[in-house]
Amino acid sequence: MNKVYNNRAWWLILPMLLLVAFSAIIPLMTVVNYSVQDVFDAHTRFFTGTEWFKEMLNDPSLHAALLRQFAFSLIVLAIQVPLGIGIALIMPKSGWQASAVLILVTMPLLIPWNVVGSIWQLFTRGDIGLMGWSIRELGYGYNITSSPVDAWATIILMDVWHWTPLIALLCYSGLRSIPDAYYQAARIDRASRWAVFRYIQLPKLTNVLVIGVLLRFMHSFMIYAEPFVLTGGGPGSSTTFLSQSLVTMAVGQQDLGPSAAFSLIYFLIILLVCWVFYTAIMNMQKDKNQGGV
Amino acid sequence: MSDSLPTTPDAVRKQAALANNRRRRKTRSATRQWRRRGLMGAYILFVLLPIYWLLNMSFQSNNEILGGLTLWPQDFTFEHYAKIFTDSSWYMGYINSIAYVVMNMLISISVALPAAYAFSRYKFIGDKHLFFWLLTNMMAPPAVFLLPYFQLYYTVGLFDTHVAVALAHCLFNIPLAVWILEGFMSSVPKEIDETAFVDGYSFPRFFVKIFIPMISSGIGVTLFFLFMFSWVELLLASTLTSTGAQPIGSVMTQTKGASGIDWGALAAAGTLTILPGIMVVYFVRNHIAKGFALGRT
Repeated sequence: MNKVYNNRAWWLILPMLLLVAFSAIIPLMTVVNYSVQDVFDAHTRFFTGTEWFKEMLNDPSLHAALLRQFAFSLIVLAIQVPLGIGIALIMPKSGWQASAVLILVTMPLLIPWNVVGSIWQLFTRGDIGLMGWSIRELGYGYNITSSPVDAWATIILMDVWHWTPLIALLCYSGLRSIPDAYYQAARIDRASRWAVFRYIQLPKLTNVLVIGVLLRFMHSFMIYAEPFVLTGGGPGSSTTFLSQSLVTMAVGQQDLGPSAAFSLIYFLIILLVCWVFYTAIMNMQKDKNQGGV
Repeated sequence: MSDSLPTTPDAVRKQAALANNRRRRKTRSATRQWRRRGLMGAYILFVLLPIYWLLNMSFQSNNEILGGLTLWPQDFTFEHYAKIFTDSSWYMGYINSIAYVVMNMLISISVALPAAYAFSRYKFIGDKHLFFWLLTNMMAPPAVFLLPYFQLYYTVGLFDTHVAVALAHCLFNIPLAVWILEGFMSSVPKEIDETAFVDGYSFPRFFVKIFIPMISSGIGVTLFFLFMFSWVELLLASTLTSTGAQPIGSVMTQTKGASGIDWGALAAAGTLTILPGIMVVYFVRNHIAKGFALGRT
């Protein structure tokens, strides 16, 4: 769409801008402020420059948390994206089944995040949980409070349960926008099922998939409540992800300076990855517009 | 053509092969259909099983829960639900949660509508940077803002009120709303605006009378997403409240009594947090398919 150049549009943006600025810029500036100072109490504080940043960047426990975080995000994306596409392909397209399946599939997305943790805690406990009990009955000593492997597997399974619906629904809506004529043409050409997927469905999905991967990356990178409730970050610190390290540092230990520096580094990593995605989306839209016109 | 009688042996063979193919394709598509249903069923089972387990426990007495594994409630009880609905520290959690979610939805949608219109219709100084900056707020980890929010809202005297949580959730909900609405608005042709202005509509009247009805499904979907992200967030909501506006999520974390965790009450409370979500999905089920692509397919 060719837009009109008009700076009065700022007036339409202004209310939103004030509100977001209140809840984003002021707090962010507080964080920046803390990150360069050593605060003893309300009146005594010293300027420390980049000291906290250096300390944080050299902290081995944070390196470990960062690595875990990336590993978690990548594993989760690698499972959820293909699975989500698969589910979108087999979801019924019309009738009451379509509505029913849609509601059932969406359900996990609308459960508060800590409740998701509780649900899985109840489900996987060895004594009272269906899954934990069943696995033990099968002869495997499943225990998420002592075995890091079990804890990781459970958290990943929980995340797959929780967030695959998002990818599935995004893809489902992408698939719904493909006109029937495309499929008819494919049938006339005797295209195989794979060819239909590869040349008709997948190209239509790239747009929504980029949005999906972006959202999933973001949310998996700031995951907090679910593992906190399920494993508490344990056993040891094997499932302590970045957000939890940050909250422990900021609220638990009250280390304002280091945690502020950590916050900024954390935020910058997310920004960097998302900026890459954002430019990819924008370029894709540009290509599409040029191709279309 | 193919139904007419074949005249040469070659044609007979060809027609037989065709018929054979058709039959084979039909049976193959039938088995594919069944496989499809089977896989879908398996996935639905995977989704429902943990929820079933929660539901199961919520109807069991605590003795039964701890006594051993039972696949369905043996002595069916409503005691946990009764407790939640009669104890004000429990049910106020739900009221608080719903209060700040609704407040947040109203605030977000009312400021996001004009802003999204501006982004979809006009070019102006700094529009692209502004849009990216907005999205960055969506990406901000709540843990980063935890402490500054606490201090900010404490200083302005909003700590432990619904407004504080509603405003805090604006951080990610307003950008989301602008993003979704911009997609929907951009699919409305610009000629409609121009025609309306030629017909003598003022901007506010055009916006309310013509434009908003045209993107009503987009607004519905946006409200759905606003509900979703405000309802599920807990870290900020529990940090900004103590007792007066405590969300249900943080009430649930305090179920540890003298005799350990009250599993039954936890399960019942969890079950009740799922219900509002199901209701909301039910209302928007016909728009969800389109809306999940955020107006961008």
